[in-house]
Amino acid sequence: MRHGKYPFIIGFLVVPLALYLVFVVGAYLQMFQLSLTDWSGYGGFTYIGVENFQKLWDDSVFWIALRHNLYLLIVMPIVTIALALFFAFLLNSGGKKAGGVWGSKVYRVIFFFPQLLALAIVAVIFGRVFGSDKSGMINGLLPQSWTPWLFLADERWALTCILVVLVWQAVGFYVVLFSAGMGSIAEEIYEAAALDGATKVTLFFKITLPLLWDTLQVAWVYLGIAAFDAFALVNIMSVNHGGPNNSTQVLSMQIYLNAFQNSQAGYASALGVVLFFLTLTFAALTLRVTRRDAVAA
Amino acid sequence: MMNLAVEETAAVTEPKPAERSRKVNPLNGVAHVALFLWALATAGPLLWVVLASFKNNTEIFLGKPFALPESFSFTTYADAWSEAHIGQYFLNSVFVVAISTAGTMLLGAMAAYVLARYKFPGNRAIYYLFVSGLAFPTFMALAPLFGIVQSLGLLNSFTGLILVYIAYSLSFTVFFLVAFFKTLPHEIDEAALVDGAGHLRRFFQIMMPMAKSGLISITIFNIVGQWNQYLLPVVIMQGAGADSKWVLTQGIANISTQAGYHAEWSTLFAALTLSILPMIAVYAVFQRQIQAGLTAGAVK
Repeated sequence: MRHGKYPFIIGFLVVPLALYLVFVVGAYLQMFQLSLTDWSGYGGFTYIGVENFQKLWDDSVFWIALRHNLYLLIVMPIVTIALALFFAFLLNSGGKKAGGVWGSKVYRVIFFFPQLLALAIVAVIFGRVFGSDKSGMINGLLPQSWTPWLFLADERWALTCILVVLVWQAVGFYVVLFSAGMGSIAEEIYEAAALDGATKVTLFFKITLPLLWDTLQVAWVYLGIAAFDAFALVNIMSVNHGGPNNSTQVLSMQIYLNAFQNSQAGYASALGVVLFFLTLTFAALTLRVTRRDAVAA
Repeated sequence: MMNLAVEETAAVTEPKPAERSRKVNPLNGVAHVALFLWALATAGPLLWVVLASFKNNTEIFLGKPFALPESFSFTTYADAWSEAHIGQYFLNSVFVVAISTAGTMLLGAMAAYVLARYKFPGNRAIYYLFVSGLAFPTFMALAPLFGIVQSLGLLNSFTGLILVYIAYSLSFTVFFLVAFFKTLPHEIDEAALVDGAGHLRRFFQIMMPMAKSGLISITIFNIVGQWNQYLLPVVIMQGAGADSKWVLTQGIANISTQAGYHAEWSTLFAALTLSILPMIAVYAVFQRQIQAGLTAGAVK
C-alpha cells in the first residue's frame, strides 16, 4: 500500500519547491546579504557593514516615503471599507426575499469591473482623467471660465489623487465581498429585530456589522497589502517618479529607483530589510489583535 | 361593495407587505441616488476613454469630455495596433499568462495535493515556507530578484518572466488548494487505492476532477493577477531590444509617456480602449464565475 510513496512525494514537490526556493526564498535571503554591500546591480561588490542602514536613517526621502505609506495604509482601507459597506448595505437592504434594491445586480456588475483592469492601465486612464488642462476629464467638465486644477502637479493634492484611484478601483470588489457576507446572515434575525421596532440604521450597526466582522478583518489585510504597494500608480501617474517634490513618494518607488535608476542595489536591499521587519511587526500586531477579538467573542 | 370587501380582507390578512414597503420607500430614493452616482463614477472614466479614442487632438483639448466625436474613424486604432505595437504587446501578454497560469496550476496543485493528503517529515515546514510568502510584498526583494534572474541568464526573456510569475503565484495557490484538498472526502480515494490505482493515477483521474470548482476559482485568480502584473515585467524585461517582448501593461504605460511628448493622445486612448474591451467582453460572459473566483480566497 505504501509502495512508491516517497518517490511520488519527492517527484511532486521538487519542481515547485525548487522554483519557489530560487526566486522567492532566494531573493529574500540575498536581500539580507546584499544590504551589507555596495552592490550596484551589475558585477561584483564589497562588504561595507551597516553603512547602508546609517545612510537610510539620515535619508529624509525615506522618512517621507514611509509617512506616505502609513497614510495610505490607514486612510485607504478605512475609506474603501466604509464606502463598500454603505453600498453593500443599500444593495441588500431590501432583504433576500425582496431580492435587494431594484437593479442591484446591474450595480454589482458595474462596480466590480475596475477590479479586472490592471492597476497600470487604471493609472494611465486616471493620469488623463486628472490631466491639468482642458484635455483632462475633470477639468474638461469644469466651467470654461475656471482656471484648471493642477491635480497631480500640485504638491498638496497629488497624493490624494492617488488615494482616490486606489479607492475607485477597490470598492466594487468589497461590495461584492460584503454582499456575500450579508447574504449569509439569516433573514430571521433581521425580521425579529424589525418586529422589535429596530430601524435600518440600528439593524446595520447592531446586527450586520458585528456578524460581518471576520470578513471585515480579511478585507483590512487585503487592502493593507494593496495600499502598501501602489508602485504602478506612483510610477505611471505621478510627476517625475514620486513628485512633485516627493509629495507622492512611496517605499516601493524608492526601492525601484535606488535599484535601477541610481545603481544602488545594495542600498535598495537595506530598504527591503527594514521593510521586512516592519512587515513582520505589523503581521504580529495584527495576529495579536485578531486573537484578542477571538477570545472576546 | 364587492370590491371594497375584497380590499378590506386583503388589508386585514396581509398587513406586512404594505408596512414594509412604507418603511423601505424613503430610503430607496437615497439608495438609488447614491448607487447611481457611484456607477457613474465607475463607468464615466471608461466611457470617456472610448469616446476620446475617436477624437482628434483639437477635439480632446476642446474641454467637452462627453461630447460625441465629429466622425468615427478607426485610424487611431490601426495606429495603436500596429505602429504603437499594441497587437504585439497583447500577444506577448496572452502567451506569457497562458503558459505561466498553466504552470502555476499544475505545479501548485501537485505541491498542494502532496502537502494536504500525505504524511511525511517536513510536511508542515514546507507548507509554512510556501505560505510565508504571502506576508511580504513583492517589491521588497526587487534588487536581489533582478540579480538572481540576471545570473541565470534569464533577463529579458519570456522564460525568466514565466518562471518568476509561477514562483510568486505559488504561495497563494498552494495556500488555497491545500485547504481545498483537505476538505475532499477520503472514501473515493481509498476505494481507488483498493482497486490498485497508483498515486499518479489517483491524482489525475480522481482528485483533479473532484477539485474542479476550487481549481477554476484559483485559475481565474491567477489569470487576472498575472495579466495585470506590472512591477515584475518592468524589472525583468529590460535591456537591449526589450521593447519587443513587453507585456500589455508595460507597453501602454510607455505609450502614455510617449504620447505626452508627441501630442498623440488619441493613439493612447485607442490603445487603452483596445486593452479594456476584451476585459469587458470576457467579463460579460463569465461575470458570475469571475466574481466568485476572485472573492473565493477571501471568504471561507
